[in-house]
Amino acid sequence: MNLFDSVFIAKASFIGVIFLITLGVAAYSTYFERKIAAFMQDRIGPDRAGPFGILQPLADAVKMFMKEDFIPANSNKWLFIMGPCLSMLTALMTSAVVPFGDTITIGDVTFDLQGIDVNIGILWVFGIVSLGVYGILIGGWASNNKYSLLGAIRAASQNISYELAMGLSIIAILMMTGSLSTKAIVEAQQNGHWNILYQPMGFIIFLICAFAECNRTPFDLPECETELIGGYHTEYSSMKLGFYLFAEYINMFISGAVMATLYFGGYDYPGIDFVTAQLGATAATLIGAGALIGKALAFVFIFMWVRWTLPRFRYDQLMGLGWSGLIPLAMFNVVVTGLGVLLDQQILIGIGGVVVFIAGIVVYDQLFVKKKLA
Amino acid sequence: MKLSNRTKVVEQGEMTLAERMYLPAIVGGMATTLKHFFSKPVTIRYPEQTRYLGPIYRGHHILKKDEQGAERCTACGLCAVACPAEAISMVAEERKKGEEKLYREEKYAKVYEINMLRCIFCGLCEEACPKEAIFLRHDQMVPVFNSRDEVIYGKDKLVEKMDQRYLREGWK
Amino acid sequence: MEISNIWYFLSGLTLLSALMVVLAKNPIHSVLYLVFTFFCISGHYVLLNAQFLMAVNIIVYAGAIMVLFLFVIMMFDLRKNQPESKSNLTKLAGSVVAGSLLVVLIALVRQNNFQTPQVQGFVSQTGMVENLGKVLYSEYLLPFELVSILFFVAMVGAVLLGKREAGERNF
Repeated sequence: MNLFDSVFIAKASFIGVIFLITLGVAAYSTYFERKIAAFMQDRIGPDRAGPFGILQPLADAVKMFMKEDFIPANSNKWLFIMGPCLSMLTALMTSAVVPFGDTITIGDVTFDLQGIDVNIGILWVFGIVSLGVYGILIGGWASNNKYSLLGAIRAASQNISYELAMGLSIIAILMMTGSLSTKAIVEAQQNGHWNILYQPMGFIIFLICAFAECNRTPFDLPECETELIGGYHTEYSSMKLGFYLFAEYINMFISGAVMATLYFGGYDYPGIDFVTAQLGATAATLIGAGALIGKALAFVFIFMWVRWTLPRFRYDQLMGLGWSGLIPLAMFNVVVTGLGVLLDQQILIGIGGVVVFIAGIVVYDQLFVKKKLA
Repeated sequence: MKLSNRTKVVEQGEMTLAERMYLPAIVGGMATTLKHFFSKPVTIRYPEQTRYLGPIYRGHHILKKDEQGAERCTACGLCAVACPAEAISMVAEERKKGEEKLYREEKYAKVYEINMLRCIFCGLCEEACPKEAIFLRHDQMVPVFNSRDEVIYGKDKLVEKMDQRYLREGWK
Repeated sequence: MEISNIWYFLSGLTLLSALMVVLAKNPIHSVLYLVFTFFCISGHYVLLNAQFLMAVNIIVYAGAIMVLFLFVIMMFDLRKNQPESKSNLTKLAGSVVAGSLLVVLIALVRQNNFQTPQVQGFVSQTGMVENLGKVLYSEYLLPFELVSILFFVAMVGAVLLGKREAGERNF
């Protein structure tokens, strides 16, 4: 019973820390989103609350709580409240399987720096991501507003479409590692054997799908303000709206962490052996956890960078890219990876797949497209 | 006929492979935003930082005095007539004996008011004035006001102070 | 807490939410209760140590199929399909069909005398992904491949149905 207690307390405090980090990162993502947007547009951004505007998230939170919490008269009240809660819940649940670090030893007890190490880790991520759409769908429908409903429907069809390509790109990773456990995937990438080297095409597909699943620009059609006012959160105000926006930033951070886990070696970093020898295993693990969070934050930056660069897709373009672009590409990638695993030449096949693909497109272009013109 | 030799014939042909894949264009766009990310912001933080507005900026109104410190305005009312927004109103008064130091002409404006809510800062009063009495100064703006009581500027706010005279470049 | 208590709690929750699927007047509520039922069933899979089935259940049923259900139901004008509009005959027919199904099911269970699985012989690793995969790809290879061909055919059919024919106006 004593052991159970200590493990339970350790897990609970670890999950608490992850929660705090996630929420803190999400809160400051709003600040950095505005700052990065400002820098990219040669402006300064928020700089009034505290030095460099560092207290802006607090001011925003106060503003969110102070606003009138409005529930439309003809809405479905319980579902209207449930929508943002579900969004937040599913956003926070994903981080459970992300391995934030190797084991850490305090006294004579050894902990995993991971919420739950199940052997279906990736499927868990995938399942929760597929549930994430319920929050948007329910909230949009319960608002009893045609724009909200249109936003919700867009979100649902978009998420389902891009989940397929996402799953196919993950399958290539699974074929290389031979396990569904995120921990095993990270351990297979130690010492610089990062999956990005073997799976460049899979990574691109996964990245694009992550943009679509997080409803971020250029795929933010569910909240496309030029067409749908505010999309699914048109009727939301106060902290309920805040939950939706918060869930988006949490999703960004978590998907960054998942991408770092799957393709960028998780908590691996150059010189990990040297640090272990110099400072001991605990310090190396903690630096590794920092490295993972750093990688995730780099992805958050990329999310923002893309948002302030690319314009929004049209809806048929979005569906065209998903169904006739990414899914065939992901299938091709699976076949190439299978060949690589079979011949045990993964790095050659991984890079070679890209080369063959580009060469194929160029040949197709030369042979067929030009002739049609002439 | 060509007006200039800068005409460029634009032809929208079939897109090349690279253009159809969009990826090079996306990379180019990302590079552009990244370049701007590191460039200097052009923002001027207004209340703390102000910029030079040029020698002929039309800002705060001022009723000039002459070298001896006498008001130049003679309350002829031409500025009020010229004003398209009808922002200026005045009450004239005859100069008494012993007030020669205060007013240059024999008639002066006892009350001179500009409604800053109506004023459009066009500068026509400045153009109309035959005595070179009213000017819109280039170095100072009408401050922000929060209530309607503050917007009618009387002589207390308009007449030039002798210890901080307003001089434009070219006048000296 | 005893594990059997969790089982009773989960089973009660499953039955309750399954009942609510039928009893809820609003179709959207029905779908949401059904999603919740799937979650409870996934909980049962976890109790059986079948994590893979639990994840697949959530991904496929809760995450994809029910989203599509919800998607379709949202498109309906719900006010037209109020329960009052159903005639007594429909209600009668419905209860007769459901009642006979219940009778058949009870008879089936009584006839066949299902064996209770022995706790001693239970292998806790059966539901793990590796074991499941080995069984699927060795013992049940043929049915597995046949199912995939079935899905493929269904997919091709759906694509054909959805394909725009030349000269046809779709909207």
